[in-house]
Amino acid sequence: MPGTIQSIERAAAVLHLLGAVGEPVPLGELARTLDLPKPTVHGITRTLVTVGFVVQDPESGHYALGRGLRDLGARLDPHLLRARSVNWADGLAARTGLEVQLGVLSGTMLELVHHVFRPDGSPQRLRVGEIQPLHASALGQVLLAFSPTGSRLRDLELPAHTATTLTSRLELTRVVQSVRRQGWAHVDGALRPGVAAVAAPVRHHLGIGVGALGVVGPRERVLGPDGQPRPGIAEQVVSTAEAVAATLQERL
Amino acid sequence: MTTPATGSRSYVAALDQGTTSTRCLVFDHAGRMVAAAQHEHRQHYPQPGWAEHDAGEIWQNTLRVLPEALASAGLAVGDLAALGIANQRETTLVWDRTTGRPVAPAITWQDTRGAEIAAQLADGPHGALFEEVCGMRPAGYFSAPRLRWLLDHVPGLQRRARTGEIAFGTMESWLIWNLTGGPDGGVHVTDVTNASRTLLADVRTLEWDQRLLDILDIPAEMLPEIRPNAQVYGACRVGLPGVPIGGAFGDQQAALFGQTCFATGEAKCTYGTGAFLLMNTGEQITRSSHGLLSTVAYKLEGQAPSYATEGSIAVAGSLVQWFRDSLEMIGSAPEIESLARRVEDNGGCYIVPAFAGLFAPHWDPEARGVVVGLTSYVTRAHLARAVLEATGWQTAEVVEAMAADSGIAFTRLRVDGGMTSNHLLMQFVADVLGVPVERPLVSESVSLGAAYAAGLAVGYWPDLEVLRNNWHRAATWEPAMSPAVRARERAAWGRAVERTRGWERGDRDAQASVL
Repeated sequence: MPGTIQSIERAAAVLHLLGAVGEPVPLGELARTLDLPKPTVHGITRTLVTVGFVVQDPESGHYALGRGLRDLGARLDPHLLRARSVNWADGLAARTGLEVQLGVLSGTMLELVHHVFRPDGSPQRLRVGEIQPLHASALGQVLLAFSPTGSRLRDLELPAHTATTLTSRLELTRVVQSVRRQGWAHVDGALRPGVAAVAAPVRHHLGIGVGALGVVGPRERVLGPDGQPRPGIAEQVVSTAEAVAATLQERL
Repeated sequence: MTTPATGSRSYVAALDQGTTSTRCLVFDHAGRMVAAAQHEHRQHYPQPGWAEHDAGEIWQNTLRVLPEALASAGLAVGDLAALGIANQRETTLVWDRTTGRPVAPAITWQDTRGAEIAAQLADGPHGALFEEVCGMRPAGYFSAPRLRWLLDHVPGLQRRARTGEIAFGTMESWLIWNLTGGPDGGVHVTDVTNASRTLLADVRTLEWDQRLLDILDIPAEMLPEIRPNAQVYGACRVGLPGVPIGGAFGDQQAALFGQTCFATGEAKCTYGTGAFLLMNTGEQITRSSHGLLSTVAYKLEGQAPSYATEGSIAVAGSLVQWFRDSLEMIGSAPEIESLARRVEDNGGCYIVPAFAGLFAPHWDPEARGVVVGLTSYVTRAHLARAVLEATGWQTAEVVEAMAADSGIAFTRLRVDGGMTSNHLLMQFVADVLGVPVERPLVSESVSLGAAYAAGLAVGYWPDLEVLRNNWHRAATWEPAMSPAVRARERAAWGRAVERTRGWERGDRDAQASVL
C-alpha cells in the first residue's frame, strides 16, 4: 500500500483490537497480538490516550476505547450546551444588566438555543428558536470565525437589515478575520437599529466553536462613544464563554 | 455573642443541606450569587425501603464547604453578615448531647419505615386529632413516625430521651447545634417550617403539642425549641467563627421565600428529582379536600405566620433519568429535548410515572406506572414527548387541586430547579396551565431563601420589599396551546391516570415479600 502512513495504520489496528476485545487489555497483550515491540505500542497508546480515543484504567493500567471515539460522529447536542450554560449566562446577565443569547449554527443561519432577559423588569419576549442571519449578528460573526463549516462565506447571502449591515463579501471576510484574531465580535445595529451586541465563541475540541454566547442591548449600554464595547464587557463575555466551554469537558 | 473583628460584612452565606449534597452559596446585596462550593455525601440503603445518611459525614462536609465557598471568591469570614440554613425536610436524627455523636444514622425523607406507625396513627382513635392540630393526616412522610421508630429500636433510647441526655432534630437543628458549639453550649433549635412537618407541632400556635407527644410517647426533653425563620439563633463557634446564624428553613419553603412569593396566591414550583409546588395562602390555613398539604410558609419575628398549600409530585426529573439510564434512550438528560423535537406531538402516547404510587392529588399507593396509547406509529421521539408531558400534566393536576381548594386561580407560576433549562418542557407547562411561567435570574431559590431569612434577621436587608426588588425575570414562557387541544389532551391524560389505579391489588402477596 504505497502512500499509507504506518503509524496511523498501527493506531487504527490498536483501536480495532481494543474494540474487538471489549474489556481492558494489558500493554503486553496488545504488543503480542499486533506483533510489535512494546515501546512502539506504548507510544501509540499514550498518544491515543492524550487525544481521548483510548483510556487507561488507573488501577490495572490496562487500555480500553475512550469516550472521545464514540462522540466523534456526534454533534454536540445544543440542549446540552444550553443546560451547561444556564448558570453562567444568568451570572453574565446579572453582572452586565444586559440580555444574554446563546446560538448555534443551523445551516447557513444562526439559531438561538438560550436567551436570558435583560434584568430590568421590562417586557421582553423569549427568543429561543429564533433564526438570525450570520453576517448581521455578533453571535453569527463569531460562528463564521470559529466553526469549521461557518467559514463558507461564499455560500451566504448578505441582505441588508439596517444601514450598518455588512453586505460586501470582502468586508465581511475582513471582519471575520479580525474576530478570529481578537477572540470576540461586536456589531452596532447591524440587525436591529440601535441594538448592539458583543459575542464570543464557546470552544470545544481543538478550539472548534460549537456555539456563540453574547450580550445584546441598547447601543449606549453596550458600546462606548468610540463604537467599541464599554470597558470590561468583552472580557466578561469571553470569560463566561470560556467557563461554559470548561463545563463541556466534564463528564456528561 | 462574638462578632467578626474585621471585614466588610457585605455578603450573606447560605448552607443548603440537601439529599445528595451539602452546599454553601454566598450572595451579595442584590441577591446575586458570588461564590459556591459543594460536597456530596453517601446514600446508604441497608434494606429495601430504607434510606439513611451519616450525619457525621454531613457535618464534616459542612466544615469543608464553608471555607471553600469563601476561598472560591477570595472572601474572609469577616465579609459575611450572616449565615442561613436550608435543609432536606423530614430527615430525622437523634444524637447524644454529651458526646455530640448521632445514636443512629439519619433516617431520610425517602425512607419508608415510618409508614406502618403512621398508618396506625391515621386509622387509630387519634387520627382526627393529628389532622386538626397539625393540619395534615399522619403519613410516613413526616418526621415523628421515624423518631418513634428510633425510640423503639435503639436500645435504651426511650429512657435516655426522658432524662434529656439525647436530642432530636431535623438536619437544620443538627447543623445549628454543631455550629454553635455542639456539646459545649450548642443551641438546640428548629424553625417553624421544619417543625410543622414533624406531626408534633400545632400549625397555629407553632408550639409542640403535648397531646400529640403523649400519643406517640415522645419525651419533650429531646425536642428543639421552635423559632421563627428569620432570627439570630446564635453565632457560629466553628465553621464561620463569629458569624450569626440568622435563619433556617425547610428547603421547599426556602425556595418559596427565595422566589419572593410573599403575597397570597403567589406560587412557585421547583423541578428537581421530584417537583414541589407551593402556593402562599397568607394567614389562612387551607384544608385540602384534594390531596394537598397545608404547611407553614414562613414566620418572621413578631408577625403572624404565613401558610402555604403544597402539592408534591414524586417523579419529575427522575422520569428523564429513568428514560436515560434504564431505557438508554438518551446519553444525557438535556438530549431528551432534541429527541422530543423530532416530532410535533406525543403521537397518542402517554406515560404516567406512578413508580411508587401516585402522589398529589390522587395519593394512591397501589397505582403503578403505565405507558398507554402505543401503536406502530409511536417512536422513541414520541416517548420522549410523553416523558416531558408527564411532568407538565402532573403540575396541572396540582394546580387544579389548589384552585379547587383555595378558590385562588393562578395568574402566573414561578419556576426553578434543573428542569427549567428544558425549554420544551417549560413551554408545555405554560401551555397546559394556560398561564405564563416565569424563571428568575437566580435559579438557586432554595439557598437564596435561606440567605434572605438570615440577612433580614441581622438587618442586612431591611424588609421584604427590598427582596422583592431583587427578583428579576430571566425568562417567561407564554401559553400558546389552543383551549380545544388543551381540553382534549387533559382528558386523555386523565384516562391514562385511571389506568394506573389499583394495579398492585392483585399482586399483594408477591409485593409483601419484596418489602
